[in-house]
Amino acid sequence: MGSPTDRKYLPSHEWAKVDGGRVVIGLSKFAVDELTDITYVELPAVGKQITAGQPFGQIESVKATSDLFAPVSGKVEGVNAKLATEPGAINADPWADGWMIAVTPSNPADLGRLLDSVAYDTQTAEGH
Amino acid sequence: MSLCTPFCSIHERLGARMVDFAGWRMPLLYQGIIPEHLHTRTAASVFDVSHMGRLRLTGPDAARLIDQVATRQVSDQRVGVIRYGLLCTETGCPLDDILIYRCPDDWLIVCNASNRARVVEWIKQHSAGLNVRMDDQTQATAMLAVQGPLARGLVDQMMPDAGVGKLSRYGFVTGSYLGMNYIISRTGYTGEDGVEVIFPAGAAELVWPYVSSLGDGVVKPAGLGARDTLRLEAAMPLYGHELDEQHDPLSAGLTFAVNLDKPFIGRDALARVAAEGPKQKLVGLKLTGPRSARQGYTVLAGKTPVGLVTSAAVSPTLGCPIAMAYVDAVAAVVGTTLSIDLRGPQAEAVVVELPFYKAKK
Repeated sequence: MGSPTDRKYLPSHEWAKVDGGRVVIGLSKFAVDELTDITYVELPAVGKQITAGQPFGQIESVKATSDLFAPVSGKVEGVNAKLATEPGAINADPWADGWMIAVTPSNPADLGRLLDSVAYDTQTAEGH
Repeated sequence: MSLCTPFCSIHERLGARMVDFAGWRMPLLYQGIIPEHLHTRTAASVFDVSHMGRLRLTGPDAARLIDQVATRQVSDQRVGVIRYGLLCTETGCPLDDILIYRCPDDWLIVCNASNRARVVEWIKQHSAGLNVRMDDQTQATAMLAVQGPLARGLVDQMMPDAGVGKLSRYGFVTGSYLGMNYIISRTGYTGEDGVEVIFPAGAAELVWPYVSSLGDGVVKPAGLGARDTLRLEAAMPLYGHELDEQHDPLSAGLTFAVNLDKPFIGRDALARVAAEGPKQKLVGLKLTGPRSARQGYTVLAGKTPVGLVTSAAVSPTLGCPIAMAYVDAVAAVVGTTLSIDLRGPQAEAVVVELPFYKAKK
């Protein structure tokens, strides 16, 4: 099944979805499945600046620890508080309920540099 | 191209996430590592472990050969008994850790999939001039582990004449069921009671549904992911993590598996380690906080590096992060507070007794 077409992607599997003036950020189902059961997510606090292409947090599963990369630059406006006690929500619903942070983007051009769902799915199908 | 076990198509039918492991295409998980882990601790799971190497040694000099290459004495080993041992080089560090089965007419060695080629080579090399024949039966046979508090009882009910209910730990029985030769041993790699079954590869498609139907479906499939977290909680060493050609079995705490009273390859090096005491020891660590360490992370005493993590995970049974690590002998005392560098933040880590988890008797 294809990734949702209503958002953009980084090759490192983070998604960015425009929601009014904010951009909501999460991790694709492909990446979440690869990680297996998520046990912990380290996310920035509200008010913090994140920078496109730079790590903004870390995600841990039973198997691995990975950096999370920012698809866009901006100020963190919201953090999915549920993940602190229920990191498995990312496994259960990576596209919606398992969102990670919401930011006010500082550079709208960032979104233009991301992959669309077709390009992203092609990349994952090729096994990158 | 990776090798397929005789259960490959069954795993795929069950929707398993397949991964390449040690040259084999293996199920990592079916439903999820954590639920499969917990099901093994509370009920029973079936694991495909057909990737493990199975080497049959036949001939009058077989026992002599094994005594020469393995850390464990086998000449006094009774039929129906399995011993855990290691194949070491002259440095005293292992090429592999193995199970040695004393069968009625010959011997069976079960080795790690990742080391099978070099174990075969090593045994061949040391068979020169001895009357012994090695037959690598890995691909001609299949191997399943049925593990969990209910496992042995269910297998016993299925084949009441086999004697599974009376097996002692590390004991095994051989027999024939519906015309199929089998070996059933009371062994495993999960810290739970259970059995491992070896039988002809051709019977795989018949045996799997049979095992899966035990206890009206209480037996569920579990993958390599759960196998790894289960063995970590039980503090069972994994080659490539706790054991390798840099870490000897005495430092790993496997004193029971090393018999210094007989000659074997690596004995002198290990006798020196025993006399001087290991410089580093394998310890268990319980971490404070939610985050897990990973293999290769540095263990610190204050600001001083004292060792490296070999395996780590958030323990599904205990609910806290645990790790095994080699640390300097002075820091290896139970109760010592150390820390682990999580590649940035640090977590406090207290040295605890191993295993982290022990099954109720």
